[in-house]
Amino acid sequence: MSDPPRKLSRRAFLGGLALGAASAAAPGAARASDGYGKGGVHGRRAEELCAFLDISRCINCQQCVYACRETNGHKFPEPKKPFPKMYPNKVPVEDWSERRNVTDRLTPYNWLSIQTAEVEWQGKEYRLHIPRRCLHCQNPPCANLCPFGAARKLENGIVRIESGLCMGGAKCRAVCPWQIPQRQTGVGLYLSLMPRFAGNGVMYKCDRCFDTKVAKGELPACVEVCPESVQSIGPREEIVALAKRRAGETGGFLYGLEDNGGTNTIYLSPVPWEVLNEAVDSRGKHKPDLAAKPNVMANEENLASAVFAAPVAGLAAGVFAAAKSIRDRKGGADD
Amino acid sequence: MTRPTAAAMPSILRRAFPWLVFLLALTGMAQMPIMKRYSISDLPGLGWLADFFTTHLVHYALGALFLFLLSWALGATLRSGVLPRLTVSGMLRAGLIAVVAVTGILRVIKNDPGVTLDPYFVLAIDWVHMIAAFLWGLAAIAFRLARRGAYTHRSQRGG
Ligand code: SF4
Ligand code: SF4
Ligand code: SF4
Repeated sequence: MSDPPRKLSRRAFLGGLALGAASAAAPGAARASDGYGKGGVHGRRAEELCAFLDISRCINCQQCVYACRETNGHKFPEPKKPFPKMYPNKVPVEDWSERRNVTDRLTPYNWLSIQTAEVEWQGKEYRLHIPRRCLHCQNPPCANLCPFGAARKLENGIVRIESGLCMGGAKCRAVCPWQIPQRQTGVGLYLSLMPRFAGNGVMYKCDRCFDTKVAKGELPACVEVCPESVQSIGPREEIVALAKRRAGETGGFLYGLEDNGGTNTIYLSPVPWEVLNEAVDSRGKHKPDLAAKPNVMANEENLASAVFAAPVAGLAAGVFAAAKSIRDRKGGADD
Repeated sequence: MTRPTAAAMPSILRRAFPWLVFLLALTGMAQMPIMKRYSISDLPGLGWLADFFTTHLVHYALGALFLFLLSWALGATLRSGVLPRLTVSGMLRAGLIAVVAVTGILRVIKNDPGVTLDPYFVLAIDWVHMIAAFLWGLAAIAFRLARRGAYTHRSQRGG
């Protein structure tokens, strides 16, 4: 526990941002700073940003919750009312604009919420606080399955939803293992298309301060403000090593490392996560649980090889079949 | 709906082709959150259309089959050495099919855990895939109604 996580987090973070700084100096600077990142394909997962949260340090002061609002408030929805009547009329309206102060759950105006668990483990009582927000999955189903390309993963690992393109169909929430993104009706692109028949607003969630902080080489607001240095952030490889080392030193338990195929948010708890999951208030809707999550994209990842093999196999089969039919025809003519 | 040009292809596959395309269109449309909204998934036997993962997997599997058949047709055509003379409507649809196929493969690549594509590129392939598939559907229906559904000129059509 002698580790100075704040310093370490800064060093790790700034080291990780060497890449960001390089791109800011390059001609692509405007795009880099709007968070879209540079073009091109890459698989350098080590350079993805990853956060580590030691929940035993969190005192539930909520400073991170308010810092998030302050830093990202200008992105919050300002819906037009009355909302267009939607067809069919069973389509749910989700309006948080009159309840912006809610902090005990995720909403379009509250991207970070603290859960509390009171548990007994091995004869000891614990009261633990868990900051909850998007985990920034490594292979995010919300982004992979967004039909409109509105939810996307940036090359620095940040998963964000482009509010100008989101239709608010909430598919990202349906496929997210933790149901993180939250909808606000009455804003966004759908209003300019067929507001009665398609779409229902815009989905909101933590974007890791991609533009307000990270693009400038600064720490995300919630990381920076925390008086207890609960969070560290940096290149994934270093953060994973840190998390494993700390878990080894403290005999603690990690969450997020393997969940949903791996996330860029790794929690450390002194108590097993199954125990915490039983104790947190996750039964109400939109209060994410803490159960172990299998990779929801695993089947797709397996089937992908069939998709890639199909054209090659088809081509070969076609050539073979044509050759055979030519042979057969020739054979027939010879008879 | 018309069939790909490949005399060498077993007729059962050629007959299955329109159904394959129909199911691809259906599971493709089910990627938008509309099946529940419009109560289509409430119809008996269609509940699975509201499950994004099921429809996505089926779309992948049918997509693989679709790519297999397309490349079969291509391979057989190339091997036979007789390049088909496509009708205007055939050319248009073949072009749209090629775009749908290529952007479909790109979408699968995008979903690979080791790959992160530029968000603008992802946006482009998502929309081009959707629009090209939609136009293909429109073209197929329009040419069918106009009785110009054939891909190739009559002299080249096999049995
Ligand atoms: S936690 Fe949910 S919203 Fe966040 S990246 Fe993963 S799937 Fe998307
Ligand atoms: S990283 Fe930024 S957007 Fe995400 S919860 Fe923290 S402050 Fe909010
Ligand atoms: S600021 Fe730090 S200590 Fe306070 S609630 Fe947030 S994570 Fe916990």
